[in-house]
Amino acid sequence: MSAADSLRRQAAARILIKDGAYGTMIQGERLAGEAYCGGLDLMKDQRGNNDLLNLTQPDIVRSICERFAQAGADVLATNTFNANRISQADYGAEELSAEINLSAARITREVADRCAKDGRPRFVAGAIGPTNKTLSLSPDVNDPAFREVDFDAMKAVYREQVEALVEGGVDFILVETVFDTLNAKAAIMATLEAEQALARELPLMISMTLTDLSGRNLSGHTVEAFWASVCHARPLTIGLNCSFGAAQLRPHLAALSASADTLVMAYPNAGLPNDLGEYDEAALETAAQVAEWVRDGLVNIVGGCCGTTPAHIAAIAQVARDKPPREIPEHRRRTVLAGLEPMVIAE
Amino acid sequence: MNEVAPVSSDTEAGAAAGARFVNIGERTNVTGSARFKKLILAGDYDAAVAVARDQVENGAQIVDVNMDEALLDSEQAMTIFLKRIAAEPDIARVPVMIDSSKWTVIEAGLKCVSGKPVVNSISLKEGETAFLELAAKCRAYGAAVVVMAFDEKGQADSASRKVEICERAYKLLVNSGTPPEDIVFDPNIFAVATGIDEHRRYAIDFIEATREIRARCPGVHISGGLSNLSFSFRGNERVRRAMHSVFLYHAIPAGLDMAIVNAGQLDIYDDIDPELREAVEDVILDRREDSTERLVELAERFKGTDAATEKAAAEWRSLPVGERLSYALVKGIDAHIVEDTEEARQEFARPIEVIEGPLMDGMNVVGDLFGSGKMFLPQVVKSARVMKKAVAHLIPFIEKEKEEKGITRGKGRVVMATVKGDVHDIGKNIVGVVLQCNGFEIIDLGVMVPWQDILKVADDNKADMIGLSGLITPSLDEMVTVAGEMQRLGLKTPLLIGGATTSKAHTALRIDPAYEGPVIHVLDASRAVGVASSLVSDTQREPLIASTLEDYETLRKSRERSGHNKLATLEEARANAFPYDPSGQAPPAARPGLHQFGEWPLRDLRSSIDWTPFFRAWELAGNYPAILEDPVVGESATSLFKDAQAMLEQIIAERWVTPKATVGLWRCKREGDDVLVLAGNDWTRLPFLRQQVKKREGRPNMCLADFINPEGEDWIGGFAVGIHGLSPHLERFKAGHDDYSDILLKALADRLAESFAEVLHAEVRNRIWGYADEHLSNQELIREKYHGIRPAPGYPACPDHSLKPALFEMLGGAPGEVSLTENFAMLPTSAVSGFYFGHRDSQYFGVARIGRDQLRDYAERRKVPIEQAERWLRPNLD
Repeated sequence: MSAADSLRRQAAARILIKDGAYGTMIQGERLAGEAYCGGLDLMKDQRGNNDLLNLTQPDIVRSICERFAQAGADVLATNTFNANRISQADYGAEELSAEINLSAARITREVADRCAKDGRPRFVAGAIGPTNKTLSLSPDVNDPAFREVDFDAMKAVYREQVEALVEGGVDFILVETVFDTLNAKAAIMATLEAEQALARELPLMISMTLTDLSGRNLSGHTVEAFWASVCHARPLTIGLNCSFGAAQLRPHLAALSASADTLVMAYPNAGLPNDLGEYDEAALETAAQVAEWVRDGLVNIVGGCCGTTPAHIAAIAQVARDKPPREIPEHRRRTVLAGLEPMVIAE
Repeated sequence: MNEVAPVSSDTEAGAAAGARFVNIGERTNVTGSARFKKLILAGDYDAAVAVARDQVENGAQIVDVNMDEALLDSEQAMTIFLKRIAAEPDIARVPVMIDSSKWTVIEAGLKCVSGKPVVNSISLKEGETAFLELAAKCRAYGAAVVVMAFDEKGQADSASRKVEICERAYKLLVNSGTPPEDIVFDPNIFAVATGIDEHRRYAIDFIEATREIRARCPGVHISGGLSNLSFSFRGNERVRRAMHSVFLYHAIPAGLDMAIVNAGQLDIYDDIDPELREAVEDVILDRREDSTERLVELAERFKGTDAATEKAAAEWRSLPVGERLSYALVKGIDAHIVEDTEEARQEFARPIEVIEGPLMDGMNVVGDLFGSGKMFLPQVVKSARVMKKAVAHLIPFIEKEKEEKGITRGKGRVVMATVKGDVHDIGKNIVGVVLQCNGFEIIDLGVMVPWQDILKVADDNKADMIGLSGLITPSLDEMVTVAGEMQRLGLKTPLLIGGATTSKAHTALRIDPAYEGPVIHVLDASRAVGVASSLVSDTQREPLIASTLEDYETLRKSRERSGHNKLATLEEARANAFPYDPSGQAPPAARPGLHQFGEWPLRDLRSSIDWTPFFRAWELAGNYPAILEDPVVGESATSLFKDAQAMLEQIIAERWVTPKATVGLWRCKREGDDVLVLAGNDWTRLPFLRQQVKKREGRPNMCLADFINPEGEDWIGGFAVGIHGLSPHLERFKAGHDDYSDILLKALADRLAESFAEVLHAEVRNRIWGYADEHLSNQELIREKYHGIRPAPGYPACPDHSLKPALFEMLGGAPGEVSLTENFAMLPTSAVSGFYFGHRDSQYFGVARIGRDQLRDYAERRKVPIEQAERWLRPNLD
């Protein structure tokens, strides 16, 4: 049975749990710059390059992954949010991108396989962030047609990351924190092309992030328009992550949940950051809000994003235990096109 | 015929429910629109983006973009244009149709579109392998596809070929993974009535094929490019429109559910001339042997009007440039003004000569027509917009020349401002425009301008005159202050006074005595030119000043004579109060306390607009709707009304503005001429003023307090409404030198505010206070055929603006998010506030002149020094 089928079978019986945030846990380690760099021959300061730790501090990464697994996570994401050529270029580490992904995937695979010996499968999702460039917006106010990067270049960046993650043994490709829908479309295309080149199935998990309370991402798409724009990927899961706290995400999650005929995965931040940029929402508080999603049947997989720790994941797993998962709505045959908003053509 | 009248205005509702017929905008297509092609070839993407916006505004639910032009790098043009519209949320909200016969262009487009677009088109022309390869790419990019009925043998013309090709393509696509709902077939609309026999069945073949394809290929949609159909009648728009409408009338029920059309150019089936409709129907449905001949013959008759206008339109474009400029000014056409101005600039030795020559010639014609009553303000403002655009183009050249040679000066320079504390500027802007049309240079300081700034700018620029404007009564006082300051500085610059509350009497009695220089009240915009021209004329200046002075002197003397003897004492007036009838008292409020309305639906306000004051704002005299038929101003009023309706439609559809309001209903009791209101936990005292003018026997001296129960508890209300959100649009108009739209929007916002106040009052009477159960028409509402009044502070029944802070305080501080300036003007400008009186006998009246005794009494009741009260009430004193 393929990993995707196995996940679907598990998700039919219960609400699955995704892990929490690497960033928060790594911050807690308070590493020095040298610890990040680990003796690699890099010109720039590597402090804050959490992805590089997959190469330089694999034990720390492994330990975080294990703690999330012990907290009850079924889906373990790799520590590769910024492990792409564009983001790594800020650290002068772009040549290491593939290696970072390979190592991260192997670490997570190893933890997942070890944990699965208890009879419950664990899944490895290769995390792909949005990069820090956008295909839809111009950074130059005087030239609205200007773009810092084009579709083909973006696609090539994603392709490199996808292939390295697959080589390292991930089950799925998780395109997360999508602030720009066109970036996501490039990631989808990269994955579809890799699928063809490698002649194997690479199931996608896609997760959008909202940048304002009206429920749009940075490129301006509503959740329904977003779903219309990415549903050609036939993703294993669609969902929302990051954004704001669980309470504010609820109405938009409900809209997505009602329209998407696939599994829904959502993983919120631990509330909104405080004045110091720290997430201080307690585990039980986040879990209580996630419990409402669960109660309303909006989710199949839940987990945590910024600010969430193994304690949050354990609390979320607690509220989701023995609760019925969301029922996937039947596929409706109707044409949905989309600009920033969806346009439905009646049959 | 709902099926034919396309879903246009209500796209949002349409999208939610699932549109039944989709308009695809066709104007952003270089093969179909000469104008768009020109813009793209010239690299004018700003204007090209505006074309896309127009289409969405006019109801296009998908925007078709085509850059197939030999002279163009089509990939690049497609890329730039799609990226540009991606940056415009009002355009980008709808999906894009990427239209090209070249796959490389389509793919370049797919790489820029973030939503789910439609590719137009792919086909079996190059065989199955190529077809499926492209279909797979469209899937990978997340696009739906239009598949043209075209195969290895060629384009399908007969019904059977269309069906055969589409069905084959359907099976291939669905088996290779394209969902049926992502397929749109275009079974080719070809031209009919060409005179060739084989073409006679083209329309009916399309319709029949459509029906069959929908039956055999479940889930798909059918689309077509409509303009081909009527190709043989190009140049005859009326016949073409009729053909399109009749075609849709028959094709939509058969299953056509998308079409590339100019949404604004479809006729309603039932509205087509019956004879024309029948002839067109004969052609479309191929009902007669001679249907083409008959339509060709009939078409001649429908050619006339359109062709004649087109010819005239084309003719003026071939005039010499000077005449073109004059023509554009007189007709108010701004489409070619910049290019014509540039052409003229190159012909003349100096840029200023373009202004002094052809532009002024044109404006003189406008001025003469306006002066002789053959042209009206709205047209003048349109002409001025053209003038402004021309001048804006010339100014950089003139500035450059000035630097090189020295300075030139217009007819005269006027500094204009709305005085401190006041925000109203429609009238001032109109006067400014009219003066500019007549060669004056206007320095407009805007609204809420303190005297220091006015006088400094006037001095710095050596102004020939200063114009002050204001709408609210405290502004009258502010004008006196400005006059006093001019006196203190020893100026001699003429001071012009205008604005709704200003009057010759006030100018003569208050402003003129404060300043020794010339002070002239200007009644309206049409008088402004005469006055200003005289003031800069060597021969007319002194006579005007002298006659004005004489006029004011006479007025002052007659006032003195008429004196104070007509006033009753406050005591006498109170003894003659309006008798209170307990049986007319309104019951306690159904829903007491404060009620907030965050966003009242704009559409609700449209039908209750009172249009008469709108025309008055434009100095068109007459009552709506009779004014539209008026022999003198009817044409001008009708044209203005049409522009107003169009803008109103846009305001509503695009939610340019947000109406907000707060209503409060409170317990109260009466204490003499005061009303004590229990708002929250505090009593607020509202002192009202009483008429003191001596009345005939049986007529009372009224005061608003008379409508409150003098013994025991009663109820009173208050409200404020504001129309928010004008600024970005006004800025846009300003940037485009478009005074016409600027004034239009402000005037409409004022109407919306008044309408809102009226609608809200009805809501209060019938539901919130709930003392009435009315079923009134709009006319009855305008004529105030209901019980209860809503007098506003600063208006005749309650002339003291300074009661507004008390009212606003009771309403929670910023009711309807309206705030007050230091002189109690409301911001936003389009706002209304007031009190609610519910008594059956309550009525509007004017307090008019009051005596010193009431002033003293009022100052005590308001607990302010008498000087303060005097300042507030000055318009009502002697």
